Amino acid sequence: MELFVFVVASAMILGGALGVVLRSHPVHAALSLVLTLFGIAVLFVSMEAHFLAAVQVIVYAGAIVVLFLFVIMLLGVDNAEDLRVEPFKVQRPVAAVVGAGLLTMIGLAIIASRKAPVPVVTQSQAVQDALLDPHDSNIKALARDVFSDHVLAFELTSVLLVIAVVATVMLARKPRKGDFVVEAATK
Amino acid sequence: MLDLVWLIPALPLAGFLCILLFGRKLGDPKAGYFASAMVGASFLVTVGVFLDLLSKTAEERHHVQTLFQWVPLGNSFSIDLAFLADPLSLTMCLFVTGIGSLIHLYAVGYMHGDSRFSKFFLYLNLFAFSMLMLVLGSNMLVTFLGWEGVGTCSYLLISFWHERESAATAGKKAFVTNRVGDWGFMMAMFFTFWAVGSLDYSVLNHAAESVGVAGGLAQSTATAIALFCFIGACGKSAQLPLYLWLPDAMEGPTPVSALIHAATMVTAGVYLMVRINPVLSVSSGYAGWIIAGVGAATALYAATVAVAQNDIKKVLAYSTVSQLGYMFLAVGSGAYVAAIFHMVTHAFFKALLFLGSGSVIHGMHHEQDMRKMGALRVLMPITAGTFIIGWLAIAGVPPFAGFWSKDEILLFAYDKSPILYVVGLATALLTAYYMTRQVIMVFFGKAEWKDAHEEHGAHGDLTARDFTPHESPRTMVAPLVVLAGLSIVGGLIQLPSWGWIPHGLQHKLEGWLEPVVEFGEHPLSAGAHDLSGILALVAIAIALAGIAAAIMVYAKHKAKPIEPQILADAWGYDRAVSNFMGGPGRKAFDGVAWADAHVVDGAVNGVGELVRGSAGQVRKLQSGNVRNYAAAVGAGVVLLLVWFVVVRGIL
Amino acid sequence: MIAVAPTTTWYLLLSALLFSIGVIGVMVRRNPLVLFMCIELMLNAVNLSFVALARRMGDIGGQSTVFFVMVVAAAEVVVGLGIVVAILRRKPNATTDDMAELKG
Repeated sequence: MELFVFVVASAMILGGALGVVLRSHPVHAALSLVLTLFGIAVLFVSMEAHFLAAVQVIVYAGAIVVLFLFVIMLLGVDNAEDLRVEPFKVQRPVAAVVGAGLLTMIGLAIIASRKAPVPVVTQSQAVQDALLDPHDSNIKALARDVFSDHVLAFELTSVLLVIAVVATVMLARKPRKGDFVVEAATK
Repeated sequence: MLDLVWLIPALPLAGFLCILLFGRKLGDPKAGYFASAMVGASFLVTVGVFLDLLSKTAEERHHVQTLFQWVPLGNSFSIDLAFLADPLSLTMCLFVTGIGSLIHLYAVGYMHGDSRFSKFFLYLNLFAFSMLMLVLGSNMLVTFLGWEGVGTCSYLLISFWHERESAATAGKKAFVTNRVGDWGFMMAMFFTFWAVGSLDYSVLNHAAESVGVAGGLAQSTATAIALFCFIGACGKSAQLPLYLWLPDAMEGPTPVSALIHAATMVTAGVYLMVRINPVLSVSSGYAGWIIAGVGAATALYAATVAVAQNDIKKVLAYSTVSQLGYMFLAVGSGAYVAAIFHMVTHAFFKALLFLGSGSVIHGMHHEQDMRKMGALRVLMPITAGTFIIGWLAIAGVPPFAGFWSKDEILLFAYDKSPILYVVGLATALLTAYYMTRQVIMVFFGKAEWKDAHEEHGAHGDLTARDFTPHESPRTMVAPLVVLAGLSIVGGLIQLPSWGWIPHGLQHKLEGWLEPVVEFGEHPLSAGAHDLSGILALVAIAIALAGIAAAIMVYAKHKAKPIEPQILADAWGYDRAVSNFMGGPGRKAFDGVAWADAHVVDGAVNGVGELVRGSAGQVRKLQSGNVRNYAAAVGAGVVLLLVWFVVVRGIL
Repeated sequence: MIAVAPTTTWYLLLSALLFSIGVIGVMVRRNPLVLFMCIELMLNAVNLSFVALARRMGDIGGQSTVFFVMVVAAAEVVVGLGIVVAILRRKPNATTDDMAELKG
């Protein structure tokens, strides 16, 4: 059963990824991205990371991609990019080499670590208790972990979000009188 | 008195500076008398120092006076400006200042009326200063200072009348040829410093004396030093192959020829070789043979050329080259005392001959061709008388000075090798011959000048009546008389050890110079010693034969003169050098200049171009394009991974 | 068909593949928005590998990491798109190749 799920999900993921990279129209690319994200959510579920699967769908597929589409539509930049032309002749071969190299090296590392012994991890007591609870243990354990062991990181990320919002509002608004605007260099 | 050694070069230097500032105001003739007084005062100081040195014992006759530290080298080493007062340097100083002051006095009369009168004495005083630095230096660097100084003054004085193209060229030729020799001296200095860590003569000679002992000089190094010094000496003292500047140097005024090119500067090379005689004596045997051989060959060569010269000064110039060859023959045979002896006597009679010829030229209104002279002894009696004394001295007729010194050299040459002796003897024969020829052509025979000027009379030039050679003024004649006297008695300083000579008078110079040359002096073998009387008689016979032959040819006209053109052209040597330098030499120099501009400069510029070029290429990496940067980052990551996985072996 | 359970290795290899595709995409695409999407691909690949390893090692910390990654990714996308909007508003047809003011 798990195998079947894996295969299907992999197909979705890879198909979506290839779509993002290969489709010339940005809206098509965005939709392929949704497919990928959904596939990943499925895999999360199969690995019993239920909460993350939910967050993946809500945040990534639901918010981020929507944001992408908003921007595309807002700016009207949904022109299809001509993929046949590549101004830098060297770019595509280098990309191929880099991609292949990365895959090979990481793959080698992964394969080499198959026999690696699993390190023993001692969780905090709260997490262990939560893990032993049969009902929704995942989210409980995760919550216990985030809010007790990593609560500082949690607070900081919330600050980060505020900063991000403020920054974007400033960046994206129309320039008003009194704003310091740098003239783009005329080419 | 010994502490006043520094005054000896300082006085001419003061003269130089005063004339530099006030020369034009002093003018003719005060500037000349002032300069002569300076050199004369220097002579008096020298005599004082000499007497002081005489009063000491032989071992103590070595006084070094250090003025200041010239080149500090660290580690308590330094090259000082120091003067060495010992028998050799004092001997040189005596005749340099003595004859120098006589010639200064002579020049007052000779240069009278010249537009640049004071400048002449400016240069003469500078020359005197340089020459005295040369001989008084206690280390090679002070000597080199003087060496270069006399070379410069020689250039300045030869081309004194620089409006004449030939004079300017001669000056340049002298300087450049000297420079080639200077290279040799510099190499010797480098070797010396490398071998013994100092340029001091005492250090060098001491190291040479302890050759074979730890800290001593290696034989190969000594040979190198000696031969390089000899190259320097060849340039300065006009030996083959670097002699060719000396005949051309006759373009300078006659006092210059007398002072620089007869008595003083050209002897600097001999002085240097005698100064380093321990080094020379511990060198490989072939070094001595080279020096003696070159000296003998030069002597014979120059004597053959002098036979065919018609300019009164050119004869004397080649004669100087020839006599210098004798001195080097002596040096090569280990007879340092004989070399110095001949240097001293040669200074006397050659200066006398040059000054006499200057008097003749002055009296003949600057005519120098001997074929236009003749029968001048009536009109210029003192000049003729002194010139004849000089002639007898150089020809080697006893009891004049030249006989004694030349005989001593021939004796040592015979001891070294009979071939060298024969060459020396042949040279002596030719010397007697050409000098007699000169005397006959100038002072005896037909008065050619009368005919030459009768023709001119028709053109409105000086008529025969107006043009009469006359005796020179007193300032010019007095030095001639003094030098003639010295040429007569000069032999007394080194009389050989013959039975009929009182023992106290024998070998005085040798005794005086012994502390300096005792290590290197080659002792005469018993066989040669026994033959010395016979050899002397042979020398006298040869001299008389030469004189007789010349009288036959030129006075009695019994035989035809042998003056082939090839001799007049100095065996074509000068032309060969010019052709070489103009042709292949020029190409070589152009090649070197090209190499400098393209290879050396090219390398430097090339590095700059390389940096620029590579920077220009590397700059292309900064395309400003995000995708290119991403590609670069990706490539870097892959390389890192390769290193970790493959090289570090995470596999 | 033999039912072989996918091991952690499979998940990790899949994540590696996804990552590589994302890298290639970043280098090849010129549209800035698609470039961003490829960056998202890479982040997701990393998330996948974290979760896989969390399950393998029995450590819930892996999953909390993924949680934080998602939050930060969201913030990053927000800011990045703000920049893209600011640029593209001026030159609507700009590609990444045109924004080369840092060219040296």
